[in-house]
Amino acid sequence: MNIVPDILARYGDDLLDGFLVTLQLVFISVAFGAVLGALVCAGRMSTSRILNALAWFYIALFRGTPLLAQLFLFYYGAGQFSGFWRDIGMWTLLRDPFNCALIAFTLNTAAYQAEVFRGGVLAVPSGQWEGSAALGLSKRITFLRVILPQAALYALRPFGNEIILMVKASAVASVVTVYDLLGETRLAYSDTFRFDVYFYAAALYLILVETLRRVWDVLERRLTRHLDMRRKPDGPIAQHE
Amino acid sequence: MDDSLLGLLSFGPNGWGDQLAAGLKITILLALATAPIGLVGGFLLALARRSDHTVLRVSATGFTTVFKGLPELITLFMVYYGFSMALAWFVGLFSDAYVEISAFFAGMVALGAVSASFASEVFMAALSGIARGQYEAAGALGLGRWATLRKVVIPQLVRLALPGLGNLWLVLLKDTALVSVIALPDLLRQTSVAVGATKEPFFFYLVAIGIYFVMSLVSMTILSLLEKRYGRAYVR
Repeated sequence: MNIVPDILARYGDDLLDGFLVTLQLVFISVAFGAVLGALVCAGRMSTSRILNALAWFYIALFRGTPLLAQLFLFYYGAGQFSGFWRDIGMWTLLRDPFNCALIAFTLNTAAYQAEVFRGGVLAVPSGQWEGSAALGLSKRITFLRVILPQAALYALRPFGNEIILMVKASAVASVVTVYDLLGETRLAYSDTFRFDVYFYAAALYLILVETLRRVWDVLERRLTRHLDMRRKPDGPIAQHE
Repeated sequence: MDDSLLGLLSFGPNGWGDQLAAGLKITILLALATAPIGLVGGFLLALARRSDHTVLRVSATGFTTVFKGLPELITLFMVYYGFSMALAWFVGLFSDAYVEISAFFAGMVALGAVSASFASEVFMAALSGIARGQYEAAGALGLGRWATLRKVVIPQLVRLALPGLGNLWLVLLKDTALVSVIALPDLLRQTSVAVGATKEPFFFYLVAIGIYFVMSLVSMTILSLLEKRYGRAYVR
């Protein structure tokens, strides 16, 4: 008797390969998106009117339109100008649907992350800026040494949520023939018409999302433990409740 | 005949204006048809998650965890293929007619389940924002459970839940594009058809993105007016 369902015996490896592709898509685009997002956030918070408007437009455009449409624009739109890309030697890069998905996801998550970072910086009380100025710290040092460490803590939770959103959103890559987890699942389904492959794929997605959520809970609790006034058993607030 | 790119957008036999407009109509209809499911479903889910009834609470929490965690696209495929298979099996008991559920219906069910799950979070937070004294006062006035809900809780709930629900509407509007993958002729699908015929992907997808962008901006304007309207009693 075999305890592994036959469909997993046949397609289990493919699903795991797809799972790894999903992980790559998400983590690479979130990492690049963080860099670009920081730049967009800097533009959005700058005093320059033009930079501000450009950053606003970038954020509103990428957050206000479907990721699938953005993906189509980059994937099929890049193909339209293949001659140009060939001339500048970029075609081998853009021909691969994985790279197109990566570009679309990076630009998309950068817009969301810019707002996450901005929210973090704005959440730091303005007294921190004033206090630092009173101590004679320059703006640059104030930002790097005083504001940024606190902003990072405020941004931690929304940043984790953004990674989870990207895990879910990355499934649209399967539409442009990227064999991520959903792509492999669709392939297995079209081979066999066995509906249960979808359940295994769904389980993998749920495990990934729940793991991320729990890791973030632990991270947040650890990194903010110096702030936790309600900490049992002798936190000052806890005593009075 | 106008061969320019803008000519491709004209209405009539030479342009794709009619097709895109028809797609836009389906996109808006799908979003409008799904929103009430998310709204009512989310409210009921929130009530179930707060209830004292263990089975109700656990199953509602499980439902939300699953549909919040799954990619919307896999939910859509599972609803589409799953319902089609179930229906085919059921019909197959009586006849050998070929049946298939419509992509519009599958989209409504799948996106409805997802929106309801996220809306239940919004309602949970809003419900906990209503002070317990409100329930006690309603009880002291002799209002029943239903009257308390309708006359005391819901009017306050609207203001608290509106920003979160507004966000969900914006998400829903974008998620309708996913249903184009199961061949619903919505805006994105019609755009792809136009691209297939004209070989102008960059231009047409840019136009589609522009239309989605305008829809988002219009929605955001309406939502901020609504928020002002429902918050006017609290302006100091």
